[in-house]
Amino acid sequence: MDFVHQLIQQLINGVSLGSIYALIALGYTMIYGIIKLINFAHGDVYMVGAYIGFAAVTMGGLPILPALLISMVLTACLGMLVERIAYKPLRHAPRISLLITAIGVSFFLEYTSMYFVTPTPRTFPEVMPNISFNLGGFIINGQQLLILSITIILMALLTYIVQKTKLGKAMRAASFDTETAQLMGVDSDKVISMTFCIGSALAAAAGVLVGVYYNTIDPLMGIMPGLKAFVAAVLGGIGILPGAVVGGIVLGVVEALVAGFLSSTFRDAAAFAILILVLLIKPSGLFGKNTNEKV
Amino acid sequence: MFFFKKKFKLASMIACGILASALFTGCGGGEQGGSSGGDAKPAGDEIVIGANFELTGNHAQYGANANNGLKLAIKEVNDAGGVNGKKIKIVEADAKSEAAESVNAATKLISDDKVVALIGPAVTANVIAESQVATDNGIPVIGPAATNPDVTVENGQVKPYIFRACFIDPQQSEVMAQFAAKDLNAKTAVLYIDSSSDYSKSLGKIFKEKFEADGGKVVMEEAFLAKDQDFKAALTKIQTANADVIFVPAYYEEVGKIIKQARELGITAAILGTDGWDDSKVVDIAGKDALNNTFFCTHYFEGDAEVQGFIKAYKGEYNVEPNVFAALGYDAGKMLINAIERGGDDPKKIRDSIETIKDLPVGTGKITMDAATHNPIKGIVVIETKDGMRELRAKIAPEG
Repeated sequence: MDFVHQLIQQLINGVSLGSIYALIALGYTMIYGIIKLINFAHGDVYMVGAYIGFAAVTMGGLPILPALLISMVLTACLGMLVERIAYKPLRHAPRISLLITAIGVSFFLEYTSMYFVTPTPRTFPEVMPNISFNLGGFIINGQQLLILSITIILMALLTYIVQKTKLGKAMRAASFDTETAQLMGVDSDKVISMTFCIGSALAAAAGVLVGVYYNTIDPLMGIMPGLKAFVAAVLGGIGILPGAVVGGIVLGVVEALVAGFLSSTFRDAAAFAILILVLLIKPSGLFGKNTNEKV
Repeated sequence: MFFFKKKFKLASMIACGILASALFTGCGGGEQGGSSGGDAKPAGDEIVIGANFELTGNHAQYGANANNGLKLAIKEVNDAGGVNGKKIKIVEADAKSEAAESVNAATKLISDDKVVALIGPAVTANVIAESQVATDNGIPVIGPAATNPDVTVENGQVKPYIFRACFIDPQQSEVMAQFAAKDLNAKTAVLYIDSSSDYSKSLGKIFKEKFEADGGKVVMEEAFLAKDQDFKAALTKIQTANADVIFVPAYYEEVGKIIKQARELGITAAILGTDGWDDSKVVDIAGKDALNNTFFCTHYFEGDAEVQGFIKAYKGEYNVEPNVFAALGYDAGKMLINAIERGGDDPKKIRDSIETIKDLPVGTGKITMDAATHNPIKGIVVIETKDGMRELRAKIAPEG
């Protein structure tokens, strides 16, 4: 295989990996955009979503689409519940308390799940035909194309919700200044609750799709993708929806190229080096505006 | 603020409740045993042993399986009337998949629960970690699945109290390197190693030495990390090496995905591995077709007549197929039971009798302990997967 061929195949690998980071990063960045909380439990909500989807498919005997919807609805409820119990009481506390709580929620979800579903990984039955296309020697996976298109559709849909709808307007107002928004008649609590609802539903969608694509789920599956999605969100400009998608794909491509042309040992180092570089050079990310924001 | 406090209180009460109940279910019987005896040692009608396994954390799936295997072995002997008229009681502790926690758990089992022997943990590093505290207290340890040579040996000296129930890594790598060179006529190989695992790294190193000594060449070495999901970038690179075999000494979850993705990319070369592959889930993860032309070595072949009893008993108890960790946990339990039967339940005597185990029938076959190395003398099998079914390719009899 010559160099150009290998390069193009690595780009394909990178985009397909990146679309998964992007899908998870969407929910991350959305929650950050509204309440300025880095929700470290997002990766674990994603894991719970995958398990609910798995239960619906194996125990409920449902096809993938209804399973996906059920998982999104139930996980959305979980997200709202977490927000109510763990984050809402801390709304006026320093941001660091929220961050620590998020880490606590993350561990709570991981190990409670481990208790109930056991640490053994589960495998999804084949619910979607897995077709690989061979285009002139380049291998493209059908499920990956699906994940990429779902990511882009969801990004467009979310951008529409946030920019054009009344709820979106309320979200942006609450994001700008929660108290003033409240004085203007925006029910901030409800808006934040809705944000978690949508963000968690997105995580559930990602969890189920990734579970089907890679074919295994386990209680700790959310840790690494959660961290990578965080890097992707920061890279694109945290809080900015298209930024999350672009950040995810750039991250995926960088990882593939590093693994393919340097050494696979440096792959994760490269991913986190990107995080450090972005924070040093352009903390607001690729798509971010430079503002003096306290972090 | 008031509300918050109230909720926090409630939350912490719930948390305490969960913790407390976990503790009580964990060692409920232990309290009674200790108090009724009145002595530091528990009542004379019970032999207390410690199960120190990774029940949570990254290695929980291995630890939990080994623990289940051990529990089955103990349950069987207790149902049959116990050992020398005494029942064996297991006290469990969680090694939490971390070396430091493994030491804590071992210390707790030895000093609080007064166990006479320890079984576990599943992973090499955690067994090595606890070996000092066990040796200092003179409590024998059997590591069911710790295949690293350093588990039982330190500075060329065998550790008096540490044993294992499995073969060691160099044997696995040697068998697979030889298999690649002789049976598959491979001239070139690629190593694809889990760089987060000592197990994987040491297997890779020895494979390379042996394979090159046999005249082959390792043309590329790549690495991944446990819990990775996507391997296509490195696999695309591996494909360019065009080697005869790819050696992936790793655990089944990653292995399944690696094989699946390799075949998707059109890699047809033989893929080789070690006992970490040994779980029926590999077929679910990778798919039947992808697993053709893959080979791994392990501790037993499920089609062998002598392991049928164990497989049937395990399925009866847990309603799932045992994997290799479960089998080795069971073997370790059997070894300990046999040692207690022959020598009594004093830790020192248990140690002596483990050393002299000979031709003991266990779950995976027959076991004889090599007193000089504390490694059991056991055979290795090489298994080929064809259309999702396992076939025995080679059986290497124990040496010595």
